[in-house]
Amino acid sequence: MRYLPLDDDDRAKMRDRIGVKHIDELFTDIPPSARLDNGLAGLPNHASEQSVERHFSKLAAQNVSAGSASFFCGAGAYRHHVPASVDHLIQRSEFLTAYTPYQPEIAQGTLQTLFEFQTQVAQITGMGVANASMYDGSTACAEAVLMAARITKRNTCLLASGLHPHYSAATQTLTHTLGVKTTALPPGIGRDAELIKRIDADTACIVVQSPNVFGEVVDLEPLAAAAHAQGALLIAVNTEVVSLGLLKSPGEMGADIVAAEGQSIGNALNFGGPYVGLLACRDERKFIRQAPGRFAGQTVDADGKRGFVLTLSTREQHIRREKATSNICTNSGLCTLAFTIHLALLGDKGLRHLAMLNHQKACALADQLGAIPGVTLLTPTFFNEFTLRLPANATEVIEKLAAKGILGGVPAARLFGPGVMDDLLIIAATETNTEQDMNDFSTALAEILS
Amino acid sequence: MNRYTQDRATRPKPTQNSAKFASALLQEEGLLYEVGHANTSGVDLEVLTDQPDRLGSLARTTPTGLVGLSEPETLRHYVRLSQRNYAIDLGLYPLGSCTMKHNPRLNEKLARLAGFADIHPLQPVSTVQGALGLMDQVSYWLLQITGMDAVALSPKAGAHGEMCGMMCIRAAIEEKGELEQRKRVLVPTSAHGTNPATAAACGFVIDEIPANAGGRVDMAAFRAKLGPDIAAIMLTNPNTCGLFETDIKEIADLVHEHGGYFYCDGANLNAIMGKCRVRDLGVDAMHINLHKTFSTPHGGGGPGAGPTVLSSRLARFAPLAFVTGDRATGFALAEHPEQSEAAFGRMCAFHGQMGMFVRALTYMMSHGGNGLRQVSEDAVLNANYLLARLQHEFSPAFAGTCMHEALFDDRFLQGTGVSTLDFSKALIDEGYHPMTMYFPLVVHGAMLVEPTETESLHSLDQFADTMLELAKAAKSGDVTRFTQAPLTAPMRRLDETQAARNPVLTWKP
Repeated sequence: MRYLPLDDDDRAKMRDRIGVKHIDELFTDIPPSARLDNGLAGLPNHASEQSVERHFSKLAAQNVSAGSASFFCGAGAYRHHVPASVDHLIQRSEFLTAYTPYQPEIAQGTLQTLFEFQTQVAQITGMGVANASMYDGSTACAEAVLMAARITKRNTCLLASGLHPHYSAATQTLTHTLGVKTTALPPGIGRDAELIKRIDADTACIVVQSPNVFGEVVDLEPLAAAAHAQGALLIAVNTEVVSLGLLKSPGEMGADIVAAEGQSIGNALNFGGPYVGLLACRDERKFIRQAPGRFAGQTVDADGKRGFVLTLSTREQHIRREKATSNICTNSGLCTLAFTIHLALLGDKGLRHLAMLNHQKACALADQLGAIPGVTLLTPTFFNEFTLRLPANATEVIEKLAAKGILGGVPAARLFGPGVMDDLLIIAATETNTEQDMNDFSTALAEILS
Repeated sequence: MNRYTQDRATRPKPTQNSAKFASALLQEEGLLYEVGHANTSGVDLEVLTDQPDRLGSLARTTPTGLVGLSEPETLRHYVRLSQRNYAIDLGLYPLGSCTMKHNPRLNEKLARLAGFADIHPLQPVSTVQGALGLMDQVSYWLLQITGMDAVALSPKAGAHGEMCGMMCIRAAIEEKGELEQRKRVLVPTSAHGTNPATAAACGFVIDEIPANAGGRVDMAAFRAKLGPDIAAIMLTNPNTCGLFETDIKEIADLVHEHGGYFYCDGANLNAIMGKCRVRDLGVDAMHINLHKTFSTPHGGGGPGAGPTVLSSRLARFAPLAFVTGDRATGFALAEHPEQSEAAFGRMCAFHGQMGMFVRALTYMMSHGGNGLRQVSEDAVLNANYLLARLQHEFSPAFAGTCMHEALFDDRFLQGTGVSTLDFSKALIDEGYHPMTMYFPLVVHGAMLVEPTETESLHSLDQFADTMLELAKAAKSGDVTRFTQAPLTAPMRRLDETQAARNPVLTWKP
């Protein structure tokens, strides 16, 4: 067995040393009625690298990968080009096979990269501080709501019309048990500002996504002002962080907490995970003390040399147990590393260029598709994603597109359930799309709709 | 004394020796913000042909402040930083409760196949039948190993899986109309901190059960706590003292008799695969840390994955999204409440940690059913071998053999002037990552040693020799070797108090 170094001679020697004759003498604490004398009979025996590889290659071949199609899906997960050096570096043994940096003297690699990651996240979101990451954007959103409830000591929360429905659902699931009452406004385009009139003196926070799930860019300033006027907080959600290279940051527009999905930078689509949740907030004591998750912080060692440690851990479950700000234990370690390396490669200049390139492609595609008879562009403003109204059922249309080798976006019905917005299609374009891709898409769509 | 830190020092003592560490191979490296430049980019992008603006006058007008690196500078920065990390690939990593086993590279290779890594969670299900089939196979293996009835794949980490299980339990209690009366969750003192934190996040009240002198649940104390207000017990098995809970079936029966549920923390599943199935122990829900038992990399703190197996009593409450259908008729996904009878909700966007499913299934198939049983046997054998070699110089917390990890307390250091922390730091100077220290909380100055099954006999002997030599040195009065340690690491001890008192969480110009 290639992963097990012991052989039968070793095992015999070790049993002698321990003073047992048979391995089962070490398992006698298992109640006799529960012991498995024949092991895991329902499973096949061990297999060689080659045969395992064969099995997985077959399964992988049953999927249509984005790279083998003309690809335009977004809605919370985006396909970007990740430089080869990113994947090489995150596979360094010292990063890949290290644990959480609980012994800082021999974990400075992880700790310094986390500190740099936190700085980058704070910079692009325009916030004072950021933590060392959450599981994904949706759980970051839920944790941000709990954080806001603790800060304001209030327990109602309003979710905007353009919030990704998975984020809405996860937030409701993960907060209602602590007595937070969330109200999700009915989904729709151009309706995010409607929640302003619902804010009152009991509102802990409002949650607004920009660009929203339909792709619209939302001005957060009036929302922040309305929330602050009632003593409530604005949680800004972003599921496509490349947009922050081109858009005014949520911090600049008055957000108090930012919850974002960082997958777009450094991380592959991976069928939905693992991803990397970003959580940033105001650099104020009452915010930081109520934040979930880990922070890396700067300090000095015994010789006065600068170094980094995990800090403010008296908020966390391993110290505070049932009084912790969250039950989270891990972060998205390796995904944060991919994020920080990719963003270091981009820099300010690269991120802005990349963002403009995405916007340019999306504008061109929107014009092309919007010119097809019967098709209407519903989102006047957008970054790299927009929503079309089709003269047909969008779910049926994307199936027909898939048959032609085009993964043509996400029907709104896939997100919100059938029956509400069956003719809406949400389409994303990124730097990975060529002119050929876009021409193929518009030709095929025109054909299907004609 | 603070119960949780046991007076563990969080500031380094004044230095007597200055750092001796210097290595031609370990280069000084500044922060990204000291080596990078505002106008540098290491990425070549397509030239812009147009600068459209459909941003509704919300275009950014200020720079982000990010700095960039060229590709060669990037490689240097991160390779140099990587050299400041300890890792499994460098040596034995005996962190108890963390299961730091070898991470097979076949897992990494297969997770990167375009058919898994380059597919979108919301592309038509007709184009991802292989991915859904893979999730179905992961479920099959986990159910065979545990004997349970259903598995929720979406939880993104162990603590997220705990949440999933406890939410299912909450939903079941709610369905019976007993949510108001069943509020109390029993949690042993030896539990991971995530257990009480999870129960609290699910709206329950925590009631602690003490351990008995043998390191297991104190049955008399447990019985005394039973009543009609019990929602559940959260019990780790084998527990965090490295011991199998011998009364586990009786505990399950009693909790069930009182109308409660049994949540098992599956962090230590690595010790019992193929030796018993948790179904036969009376478990209702258990998360499985794919990053522990099933060898997906820890990655410096994640990402993990925490699929949660459920009994037939809880299966209906499993959260969205989940795979439906089968190979013959085609797989599909249940993503909306109306597609499930009683799902308690949704725990995250999309359907779970696909990248980790590929790695874990690769590992499970590589070992097979017989290999997984051997994994557990070797993990337990390795831990007991270390226990046997160390027991006379160290103080085992409890008598007898252990499961996959051996727990010591600090009695062997009494009167030496050396603490568990000092001892751990001295181990760093010997080239090892320390064991888990000061956890579990039920013994003083805990040292929890988990070698895992992927260490050779030679490696175990080297480690044991080092540990014994250190114990002798501590007892012979060589105190500064410990209190000043580490001297040969990239950093000396760091000042945690300063970090917490004056938080510096981001670089500022």
